[in-house]
Amino acid sequence: MNETLSLGATTADKTGARPGAVGFLTDASLCIGCKACEVACKQWNQLPADGSNGGQGLTGFSYDNTGDLGATTWRHVAFVERTAPASSDPLGGLLAPAPGQTAWLMLSDVCKHCVNAPCLDACPTGAIIRTRFDTVVIQDDVCNGCGYCVPACPFGVPQLSGGDHTAHKCTLCYDRLVDGLEPACAKACPTDSIQFGPIEELMPRAVKRVADLQSRGVRQAQIYGDLRSGGTGGIDGLNALFVLTAEPETYNLPASPQRPSDKTLPAFVTTAAAALGLVLAAVGALRRR
Amino acid sequence: MPGLGARLGRGGATTFLQDLAHSDCIVIMGANMAENHPVGFRFVVQARERGATIIHVDPRFTRTSALSDVHVPLRAGSDIAFLGALINHVLTHDLWFDEYVRHYTNASTIVGEDFRDTEDLAGLFSGYLPGERRYEFNTWRYAGQATDPAPSGDTNQDSQGYQQRVGRTHRPLQVDPTLQHPNCVFQIVKRHFARYTPELVEETCGVPRELFLRVADAITRNSGPERTTAFAYAVAWTQHTTGTQMISCCALLQLLLGNIGRPGGGIMALRGHATIQGSTDIPTLYNLLPGYLPMPNTAQPCATLADHLRQVTAPTGWWHHAPAYMVSLLKAYYGHEARPENDFAYDLVPKIGGDYSFQPMLLMMQEGAMQGLFCMGQNPAVGGQNARLARRALANLDWLVVRDLFETETAAFWHDAPEVRNGEVSAKEIKTEVFLLPAAVTPEKEGSYTNTQRLVQWHDKAVDPPGDARSEAWFIHNLAQRVKTLYAGDRSARGRQIQSLAWEYRDDEGEPDLETVLKEINGYNVGDARLVPDYTALKDDGSTACGCWIYSGIMPEEGRNLARNRNGDERAALGWGFAWPANRRMLYNRASARPDGSPWSERKAWVWWDPEQGRWTGHDSPDFPVSKPPDFQPLPGADGMDAHGGDAPFIMMADGKGQLYAATGLRDGPLPTHYEPWETPVGNRLYPDQPRSPSAKLHDRPTNRYHAIADPRFPHVITTYRLTEHHTAGAMSRFVPWLAELQPEGFVEIDPSLARSLGADNRDWVTVSTLRGAIEARALVTDRIPPLMIHGERLHQVGVPWHYGYTGLAQGDVANDLSALIEDPNSLIHEAKAFTCAIRKGRLSEGSDESTSEAAASSENET
Repeated sequence: MNETLSLGATTADKTGARPGAVGFLTDASLCIGCKACEVACKQWNQLPADGSNGGQGLTGFSYDNTGDLGATTWRHVAFVERTAPASSDPLGGLLAPAPGQTAWLMLSDVCKHCVNAPCLDACPTGAIIRTRFDTVVIQDDVCNGCGYCVPACPFGVPQLSGGDHTAHKCTLCYDRLVDGLEPACAKACPTDSIQFGPIEELMPRAVKRVADLQSRGVRQAQIYGDLRSGGTGGIDGLNALFVLTAEPETYNLPASPQRPSDKTLPAFVTTAAAALGLVLAAVGALRRR
Repeated sequence: MPGLGARLGRGGATTFLQDLAHSDCIVIMGANMAENHPVGFRFVVQARERGATIIHVDPRFTRTSALSDVHVPLRAGSDIAFLGALINHVLTHDLWFDEYVRHYTNASTIVGEDFRDTEDLAGLFSGYLPGERRYEFNTWRYAGQATDPAPSGDTNQDSQGYQQRVGRTHRPLQVDPTLQHPNCVFQIVKRHFARYTPELVEETCGVPRELFLRVADAITRNSGPERTTAFAYAVAWTQHTTGTQMISCCALLQLLLGNIGRPGGGIMALRGHATIQGSTDIPTLYNLLPGYLPMPNTAQPCATLADHLRQVTAPTGWWHHAPAYMVSLLKAYYGHEARPENDFAYDLVPKIGGDYSFQPMLLMMQEGAMQGLFCMGQNPAVGGQNARLARRALANLDWLVVRDLFETETAAFWHDAPEVRNGEVSAKEIKTEVFLLPAAVTPEKEGSYTNTQRLVQWHDKAVDPPGDARSEAWFIHNLAQRVKTLYAGDRSARGRQIQSLAWEYRDDEGEPDLETVLKEINGYNVGDARLVPDYTALKDDGSTACGCWIYSGIMPEEGRNLARNRNGDERAALGWGFAWPANRRMLYNRASARPDGSPWSERKAWVWWDPEQGRWTGHDSPDFPVSKPPDFQPLPGADGMDAHGGDAPFIMMADGKGQLYAATGLRDGPLPTHYEPWETPVGNRLYPDQPRSPSAKLHDRPTNRYHAIADPRFPHVITTYRLTEHHTAGAMSRFVPWLAELQPEGFVEIDPSLARSLGADNRDWVTVSTLRGAIEARALVTDRIPPLMIHGERLHQVGVPWHYGYTGLAQGDVANDLSALIEDPNSLIHEAKAFTCAIRKGRLSEGSDESTSEAAASSENET
């Protein structure tokens, strides 16, 4: 048994996804970085072009010129260029380049549609809802633009729009799901790197895919979005799963995100303790008089 | 694609994209398939998932390399050295597919004793005419065969009749089945490539020999009765002075490995953009008529139809039927004006007498020989080689019609070109009258695409085009009618030519009914207008009309447009669209069976002989006379297809064999030879006295100057290419906000060590220059374009996407301002994939470059 599986044997491949939940499986090992998902998303959802890099033109970050997920970019393809160390396998192999040779990792990032979504908890107006597909959607006609969801998301997904000043993010193409269509990005993906379906089908597919990649020598192949990785810290799993070929941080994904609200209880206790301490100190000081 | 035509018989992909999924090894070379053919690349990914080895040979590590098992960085333009070494590896290690080679190729044929190889003549084949920079082919002939006069230097391969192209073998071939005769093809090929060693590859291509041997091992292990290897290439093989020979070299290798005509094998020619295949089948080329019939050419006897038919008709092989196709085409063109007594109005067909391909056209405009131009879906101000010269040429026209989606650089050159913006040229002095007409996009019109694998797919109109935008069919149809009205009653030759044109298409408010056009393309009986079932029904007596014989069968009867079919499956998918010829998905598929007609293996069965039914059968439509038994022996003196045996899969060729050695047709030699690109930083290790192509067509002049070999002013290799996010010269992508933001401006890719030596950081401005022009762009510093060790010295390569221009949302300097006009002698294609350049840090205005001073001087000298 390999290291990654044994480490998290109890939580690996597990998710708290509710029965019937649908979502994505985005497989980095199949992504060709064509950005068809970005374009299909913007076209279907009629999102404006950002004027890449805030109108500054070329970012210089490899072939990534949209930079990050945002209010008007709901799919974002990350490009990671890496040069293999001199100690690597001299003849290279799939995603394992020869010494001095380059690897180019690509991954289409998206809202994770968390099983236990922090943005939803943080929203004071009820604008963020969980749909019948178990996806997480912001109703822009209810959102008042308070922005609480922005720091609440450990993945940096929802952002306030500079246009209407409300929060926006991927809806998992709610309007398409209602009509029995798959989301636009999954439909457009030419290599099936983005797959759509029920989580109870996608998770076993991801498990099989990772085992297959590992047997072909992609030693770092791993699932992102189970209780061990990505779906940690009370998030209970992601309804947008990923198959990665390197550690999550390589793709700018947090390995162990947490729900900010889980920190509110300890914060309450420490605040209370501090208050108590101050009271005691004050009482003590008064007594000494 | 003469490279494939000369060795295999047809200038088209031998296989289809979906079949790549069944390959055991795929070599992508001269192509960036994941970026430029992302949808087709899904089948490469499927093959990989089934365990195939994917190899990408390319100067740059691209999105294709990222999905491949092996990336082999090589110096741009050194491909024949690499392919030649693979051939040598196969021959010296006894790795060729012996039974396939003996039966299905011309390996055993003996070549005339006058033939001299490049190895004998220090880089030249026999028959070279130095003053004219071309060859005459007589010494290349098979032993005992007739000779022909040398073709003119003004024609290219496609202009030659099939007499010359596929050869005349009406006298029995002299063969040595033991392959031991010193002048048999097999021995000649073996000697020719003997010096193409892994060491040569290391020195010339910059590929370490272990990496080369890994590729050699992968392709040879995955070739044979049980396994197949496929090659995929695109315009990064085409765009060289030796481009045709790169492709022909691949065909030679695949023949030796027995991979042509077999599932999971073949050569996938990836076309540059949508329906480019269609526009060579029913051509927009000056030297071809529909269905690859050569245009009458004054370099050969062409005064009468009989003269012309003598040229195009091959005594043996499929082109024996050429008269039926040619006469049926004349009937389609001229209708009742084409009659037996007037040679079917053959005199109305234009006769060509020179090279009127795209590059010489620019020079004709510059020199004033051409006064008007229609640009429809083409943007030469960006896409033309030496684009500065191209814009200068446009400025010398009287009128220019641009039909496009937006005001492209070609439409805007007179007020927006860099030389107008910087005051070098004044808009007032440009006399060209520009007409910009809005064009409809695909969903706004009905029609068809013929994609990269010869597959015709019909599409309906979804919405009306906006405003005055119209389809191409509308435009041509209305233009033709107006021209006809204009020339009514004109008794001159030109008037008669226009009046005689049969133009009877039903139309709806000016929009012609395209299925009427399709019926003409399919062909029909002139008497009762009944559609012909396929091209075997075409006649040379004027009783049938057919607009393009290879498409015949696309509409075999009223109401059955096969291009509309959408019944796919996992094998040949014969129910999806229509593939020419005769709905065949894999060409030369007779070779998928053994000489006795049984499959080479269960795993690679495709088409085979069914002895009980007495016919060829299988998954595909057989590319062979369906009832000719595998043991058929031709009678002496037989002609046409009767001259071919039952084991001759390459039915278009005179001898029915794959041409390891092309005795006729390739204008720069019967065998591929490593020549350096015309602009190169190094000499030629194989042929120091003949470093570059001896027959490349040059256009050396003050506005189109070339760099000398190893010119110290231009030390780097430069290559130009495309990105997924944009489409060719940008009219369809740079104006679309969602695409423009993904690659918002031009850039130059350089490696970190070159960047350090320039003192340039990532995203700094750099200026790239040649003797044709200079451009500025931001640097993208990346390990993906690695420096290579060539002839023992470190060589940098500079990469520039060529999409950008001065209109649209995503802009940038025009990369083709750097490239030169120069032609491959066969295809007349330029060399944009490998030339040399200088690069410095800073913007254009911040320094002086060789080109700017020289260009200023030359513009004074010329005109």
